[in-house]
Amino acid sequence: MKKLKLSGNNILLAITVALFVIMYLGGCIVYADKGFTHFQTFLNVLINNAGLIAVAAGMTCVMLTGGIDISVGSLIAMDCMFLAVGMETWGMKSPVLMIMVLVIGVVFGLVQGFCVAYLEIQPFIVTMAGMFFARGMTAVICKDQVSIVSDKLFTAISNAKISIPFGGYENKKGIYQVPFIRPTVIVALLVVVLVYLMLKYTKFGRSIYAVGGNQVSATLMGLNVKKTKLLTYTLSSFLTSIGGICYCLNTMCGTTTQASGLEMDAISSSVIGGTLLTGGVGNVLGSLVGVLINGTISTLVKTNGKLVSSWANIITAILLCFFILLQAVFAKIKESKKA
Amino acid sequence: MENNVVLSMKGICMTFPGVKALENVDFNLKKGEIRALMGENGAGKSTLIKCLTGVNKFEAGEIYLDGISGPIVNKDTMDAQKKGISTVYQEVNLCPNLSVAENLFIGREPMTKIGTVNRKKMNEMATKLMKDLDLDVDVTQNLEEYSLALQQMIAIARAVDMDCKVLILDEPTSSLDDNEVAKLFGMMRRLREQGVGIVFVTHFLEQVYEVCDGITVLRNGTLVGEYSIEELPRVKLVAAMMGKDFDDLASIKPEGSGDKSKEPLVIEAKGLSHTGTIKPFNLDIHKGEVIGLTGLLGSGRTELARVIYGADRAQTGTLKVKGEEVNIKNPIDAMNLGMGLLPDDRKAEGIIGDLSVRENIILAMQAKSGIFKKIPMAKQIEIADKFIEMLQIKTASRETLIKQLSGGNQQKVILARWLATNPDFLILDEPTRGIDIGTKTEIQKLVIKLAEEGTSVIFVSSEIEEMLRTCNRMAVLRDGAKVGEISGEELSQEGVMKAIAGGAK
Repeated sequence: MKKLKLSGNNILLAITVALFVIMYLGGCIVYADKGFTHFQTFLNVLINNAGLIAVAAGMTCVMLTGGIDISVGSLIAMDCMFLAVGMETWGMKSPVLMIMVLVIGVVFGLVQGFCVAYLEIQPFIVTMAGMFFARGMTAVICKDQVSIVSDKLFTAISNAKISIPFGGYENKKGIYQVPFIRPTVIVALLVVVLVYLMLKYTKFGRSIYAVGGNQVSATLMGLNVKKTKLLTYTLSSFLTSIGGICYCLNTMCGTTTQASGLEMDAISSSVIGGTLLTGGVGNVLGSLVGVLINGTISTLVKTNGKLVSSWANIITAILLCFFILLQAVFAKIKESKKA
Repeated sequence: MENNVVLSMKGICMTFPGVKALENVDFNLKKGEIRALMGENGAGKSTLIKCLTGVNKFEAGEIYLDGISGPIVNKDTMDAQKKGISTVYQEVNLCPNLSVAENLFIGREPMTKIGTVNRKKMNEMATKLMKDLDLDVDVTQNLEEYSLALQQMIAIARAVDMDCKVLILDEPTSSLDDNEVAKLFGMMRRLREQGVGIVFVTHFLEQVYEVCDGITVLRNGTLVGEYSIEELPRVKLVAAMMGKDFDDLASIKPEGSGDKSKEPLVIEAKGLSHTGTIKPFNLDIHKGEVIGLTGLLGSGRTELARVIYGADRAQTGTLKVKGEEVNIKNPIDAMNLGMGLLPDDRKAEGIIGDLSVRENIILAMQAKSGIFKKIPMAKQIEIADKFIEMLQIKTASRETLIKQLSGGNQQKVILARWLATNPDFLILDEPTRGIDIGTKTEIQKLVIKLAEEGTSVIFVSSEIEEMLRTCNRMAVLRDGAKVGEISGEELSQEGVMKAIAGGAK
């Protein structure tokens, strides 16, 4: 049996998980009367953030290489608008549109990845251009808000409930409420599991860590750094498009301002989950917990009812600072241990 | 191609912007031969190796490798590796955030049937490899958990394991202690028996004669000659490298060395310590005195210096500078007290690659005078030119980016940076590591000159000989504690060895 090493990075992840549990239990105690203890509340966090989870998984990969992808929010808006207009105006079928959205994601990512990896432009600049492009494109497709009503399959998936056989409760009228999740949650969790396995057990995954650890070394060790980066950005945009479909299934509409600032949610989730902006260190499971923490914060603020939703941002800000401080402290401890 | 020759480079030419880096250089290596590639800094050793491994593109010339018909051109290091040319570089080039096993096998991991990395098998293979090389390493730990020396050994293990025909070791011993060097040489001899051709780049002359069969000497980007080891005794080698006769460095024994204990005290350290790195120590340094810190690698030499400088904050004890008790919280405090520190890891802590030579020289001065008081350009140019001239820094111009300079010249620039602040007290941590013999001599002379002018110096080096030449007194460290001081009569190779080994005090 391998002994679990409690190195600095594992401790960070442990603290993230512990924080989530404490925050959630705290919510359960304080807001017990408002239904916070129901299992469904937790599941709702997953349902509401399914898209973000997929995006954060891709973002984590990019951040592991030492890069950043701030185009994801706009890309989601473009995906949603494309789906909505496709179904409502162009009368296309949703399966075709969903595949097209995924293809668009891949192409979008390839272009960004090419600029970052082969033209060696700063990832921030490249993906910022991508951000403006996608946001602009969203408005070019359609300036109005388009709601999805006509496509039966898409509506059916959106409304589908997958029951969970435990954790239900009886509501005030005494009717037993079965907890449920949406298909999007399954997709998002599947993405996390696959990315986790990919990062841990494939050559590509390990190359991502190597590139983030020391790019020069990775080159000298004979790894194809450029290809790794290209594929990472492609993966990010592809997962963002999966997230976009999930997001659209939640909102059932396309608007020009949709998912604005979502890139920052993804980045902050990754950071809270223990991913270093400098690359090389991090874990996609941590990012999942990061998303859950962010989701729990806003649920807590909403449940309170009196607070303005902006308080969620302030709490997130405090948490971010806390985690970055924590990372710095651990880096320092590690260094002094080594010397 | 000649029989028995594993690698043959003919007429290699290569130009960097403004500098002719290699001109018509030949290089031949036999099977089962260890060949030293020697030359001063900027002679073109690293460039030649980079041409061979595909990092640099050469403009003319041909490379032949045993078993491949026709000239080869390597697109990149991966390509070179596939053809059987592996390299271990001067600075450890592995990924600190990956496990030891991964660092050994990345790019060629054992795979499972479904195409994923077989971690279990990889760890087994890595453990076996480490055992074969007699290294005590837990391969599942991250590389960063291990010392620089061990990392270097792991880098070599990686190269060794890659079924290579040609193994290039670029300054592999500069961060190893004697024991580890011996291990490495054992490894090299074993490989020689297996028929691997080894290119050994080093600045340690003794090591060349200990392990090599042949020597190829470069100077200023041209080939001086290819010799067998018998043909070229030490003095002739130095002469060949420098292009002039040279009586083996003996000439620089300082005249002013000796007792400085009458001079006023500059540094008085009492009971300084930093948890986990250095136990409490006392150290007095007089004006114009050169103190050597000696001990095995990892004995706390660097750490002692860092505590005095405030790079690691002292947790106990007191420090007096020129008789006044001071509380150094960080390097800026130390600088304001007239101290300077030349760090040993110049890549990570010293140079700023994308700044010019001038900017790198001016850096410490600027930091000392505060960021809002910009030093006038004319003054900057004057200072930069003065030190380029004084230290004979080989650079295309003062505005050349420092990363384009060779290692020894980068070191000189950092030295210039501190000299520009007119320090009263200078800590030089391995200032001559990875530097050619000519520059070494220059730096040693400079240290002695500085001391004569009244600067106090802490000189840290792994080479006892060079310390004996420069130091008035030496402090001996063992396992993170200062265990003694030697001066006067005891200052001899034997005396120092004894003190380090722990026999005599």
